[in-house]
Amino acid sequence: MKQYRKLITPYVVWMALFIVLPMLFVLIYALTTKGNAVISLQFTLENFKKFFDPVFVKVLVESLRIALITTVICLIIGYPLAYIISRRSDRTQTLLILLVTIPMWINMLVRTYAWISILSDVGIINNVLGFFGIPPLKMMYTDFAVILGMVYNFLPFMIIQIYTVLSKMDESLVQASYDLGANRFQTFRKVIFPLSLSGVISGITLVFLPSLSTFIIPKFLGGGSYVLIGNLIENQFINIGDYNFGSAISLIMAVLILVSMHFANKFDRDQAEELPKGGKL
Amino acid sequence: MKKQRRFGGFFALGAMLLFFYGPILVMMIFSFNDSRSLTSWAGFSTQWYTKLFESRDMMDAVRNSVTIAILATLISTVVGTLTAIGISKHKPLVKKLFLAVNNFPVLNPEIVTAISLMLLFASVQVFEKGYITMLIAHITFCTPYVIMTVLPKLRSLDPSLADAAMDLGATPFKALTKVILPQLTPAIISGALIAFTMSFDDFVISYFVTGNGVSNISILVYTMSKRINPTINALSTIIVVIITIALVLINVVPLFVKKDKRKVVTE
Repeated sequence: MKQYRKLITPYVVWMALFIVLPMLFVLIYALTTKGNAVISLQFTLENFKKFFDPVFVKVLVESLRIALITTVICLIIGYPLAYIISRRSDRTQTLLILLVTIPMWINMLVRTYAWISILSDVGIINNVLGFFGIPPLKMMYTDFAVILGMVYNFLPFMIIQIYTVLSKMDESLVQASYDLGANRFQTFRKVIFPLSLSGVISGITLVFLPSLSTFIIPKFLGGGSYVLIGNLIENQFINIGDYNFGSAISLIMAVLILVSMHFANKFDRDQAEELPKGGKL
Repeated sequence: MKKQRRFGGFFALGAMLLFFYGPILVMMIFSFNDSRSLTSWAGFSTQWYTKLFESRDMMDAVRNSVTIAILATLISTVVGTLTAIGISKHKPLVKKLFLAVNNFPVLNPEIVTAISLMLLFASVQVFEKGYITMLIAHITFCTPYVIMTVLPKLRSLDPSLADAAMDLGATPFKALTKVILPQLTPAIISGALIAFTMSFDDFVISYFVTGNGVSNISILVYTMSKRINPTINALSTIIVVIITIALVLINVVPLFVKKDKRKVVTE
């Protein structure tokens, strides 16, 4: 079977050129100043120091806040929906999950763009409100619009992750819990929810991470003045042309995300190890 | 009480579908609007569809999206499948190291992958920024997904089958094409599907690595969103319809096939 080992060579070369080398470039740019003069490398921590200016720290805190609120809302809405779907007949489940998945296959920009005509000052919601004589609401360019856009885009991930775990769950455990006298709430709290935790955690990661780094949703629904960390990076690269500072911000964000994913995975593994023990009791 | 709970479930699912499909429906309806407005209805018209097919920018973007998605899918599926077969035969240490690097584009936020490639193309100017750089970037972020889809399937294959084929005189190439690949087909197809949709929908990475006015559909939507443009709605409506039909076919047809199979088993 060793004949096949050579098959990886082309892709290993590709990985070195287009995955490893580019990341090294980010690192080098983040640690140097004055962009393209690679020959006269001047190593410095200036770019990172610059980030700890209150203006930029505020952007980071704001991004974390929005991403956190989005994740919590997705969990609160997504869990019951996943649960309801998992209780339906097999056919209905397949259909409902397909209906949840279809929007994800439609261009994210297009879907976000569609919200503009609903939320704008002369948009559909305000038209309906006006019909009932209610004064128009200011929705575009607010936290509300940005969080709504994020929930809209990322909620399917949460639903699908939790649904996958719930639909595979051993039904006899739930039955056993009822037989042993637990009521619906106790069964949910002691049996169903702990067993679905791995789905909850992967759902949280799949919602939190993209909402932390997206720059399209804040730009479309938050307007030009709405700056989250993704917008900051885009700005540095596209408008300002400060590749060095842009790289430093990207690096900070990447590390933040990799660390939080590491903890999520670790927590998930601990849970998985604990569960069989709990089962034995 | 049971009835009430069921009603609550229906209500929740209805609200969910309204939330997911409302904006898409609104967009589709307004693509037939007679006026430029995206909020007030001025009568039925197909003028935006005519404008869409007359616009060179739009047609160029559509062509770029489609050809890049097809090329990236073909290349990443072939490379990814062969690489997955190769890496499955390696020692655990090589495998672990390989997968760590392979996972990078998956775990990293898209924007970081995007800027890393942008910096590479800006610093090492072998390729002119545009179509080629976009294609390279797409192959780079699609291949890891193909590998991740094919690899688990390989684990469940019986390695002695390929050995048996070779014992019976097949060359390693024959064993690969006649024994291993046919068994991997479902995984290869789903890997290719993931690659195609990811490439077709990509915005962030394409946006950063492109140049010389080469855009795809997403980049066009992004640059056009600054002024109201109903042709985007027309374009999106067409895409939504195509994707929905494709997905329904892919998902519903096996549902009926499976049902028939089950019947055979029980008989």
